[in-house]
Amino acid sequence: MKKIITVMIISILAVGSLSAQKYFTKTGTIEFDATTSSSPEKIEGTNRSATCVVDTKSGAIQFAVLMKGFAFERALMEEHFNENYVESHKFPKSEFKGKLKDLEQIDFTKDGTHTVKVKGDLTMHGQTKEVETTGKLVIQGGKISANATFNVKLSDFDISIPGLVADKVAKIAKITVACSLEPLKN
Amino acid sequence: MMLLAGTNLQAQDEDLLKLVGGDEKPKKERIKYAFKSPRVINGHSIEFLNPGTMDFRILHRFGQLNKGYENFFGLDQASMRMGFDFGILHNLMAGIGRSTYKKELDGYIKYAPIRQSTGPWSSPVTVAFVAGMTLDGLPWSDPNRKNFYTSRLAYYFQAIIGRKFSESFSLQLSPTMVHKNIVPLETDPNNIYALGVGGRLKLSKRIALTWDYSHVIIGMPDSGYYHPLSVGFDIETGGHVFQLHFSNSTGMNERAFITETTNQWGKGEIRFGFNLSRVFQIRKGKKEKSKH
Repeated sequence: MKKIITVMIISILAVGSLSAQKYFTKTGTIEFDATTSSSPEKIEGTNRSATCVVDTKSGAIQFAVLMKGFAFERALMEEHFNENYVESHKFPKSEFKGKLKDLEQIDFTKDGTHTVKVKGDLTMHGQTKEVETTGKLVIQGGKISANATFNVKLSDFDISIPGLVADKVAKIAKITVACSLEPLKN
Repeated sequence: MMLLAGTNLQAQDEDLLKLVGGDEKPKKERIKYAFKSPRVINGHSIEFLNPGTMDFRILHRFGQLNKGYENFFGLDQASMRMGFDFGILHNLMAGIGRSTYKKELDGYIKYAPIRQSTGPWSSPVTVAFVAGMTLDGLPWSDPNRKNFYTSRLAYYFQAIIGRKFSESFSLQLSPTMVHKNIVPLETDPNNIYALGVGGRLKLSKRIALTWDYSHVIIGMPDSGYYHPLSVGFDIETGGHVFQLHFSNSTGMNERAFITETTNQWGKGEIRFGFNLSRVFQIRKGKKEKSKH
């Protein structure tokens, strides 16, 4: 009898977590790509410790990432990224605060793939700009995997590219986000 | 009513990130990029090459500026050193080079047991040690006497204590000892002790003012030799760092510039020189940084 009660309690708890309304990760991946056709090498960095929180009820979504955490294949590129372009000593964090649109139609307790529109403010290098994109949400076993790609114009964020390398660094960088979100227990 | 609406808005704009933050332990983090290059100008800096990279360095020192147009302000005469430096670990590097002056080969190894950092167990300064050796390649000055191979060798040992005080200002002290196996005169000392002072003041994102001075404390010959002082600019252009400077020394290894500087700033015996540094990635970096 006791065993049955325990199993029941556990299953109730499990269901409870399935219908959680906030999901999060601290190990989200954000890729930065500023390669152009005339770049002598790939200009891309990866950060695997982005924090992301999604509130499925209100549709609010937030990201935070430490700029120092972007790793590049070439050490010198990483140095230039931090020292000369994003100035990570002055602006250590980049943040995104936005909204997922039309979430009412999505049942987060059921597995499935959904396309959603995201709109919000991206703060990077001390500048805030509105960005909008379409992302994909895959719900599976109570977890959400979120993927999105968007472009940022570097000059919008006051990131200047010196004339000497102007044709080797893209003026518009591609940002790719991939997060596997787990239920957040309050 | 207005007040209520205000609070309502705020509640909607809740900071979700605060829900998951707060449990992060402060972690030790290395202070990077105190100097643009592993050399201030002539002397070693507290900066290291990144592991897996090679720095190809071409150094030029020209003739005296005060020789006038006849020698095109010294540019007619050039002395050079070509060197390869390798980053092995974040705090270990080694290099070799060859100078035209005395046809001298030199090599060194540099290691930093302590690096400036923030967070728990951090250190306010970087402490590095350098051990180097030089090999004179000139023909024997007196081939008739019994010459030993070891007479061509000199050694130097250096400690560097430095700190990046702010994004733009770094300063370091480097007590150095140079030992020469052979000296030209009986009265010349074999061991020379000097204290180096090197620094950087960033003027913009890509340009910095640098200075590099060595004060010979013990072992300076009575006349004809002076303390080397170099003042210059570091200019970074993508993959290259140009170090343009003015100096009273021509030597490009520790033995040469600390113990054999024969010009004086006061007399206008200044030379123009430049270091060209090009860093190559010879082993791919870890693109996947470990999670914090």
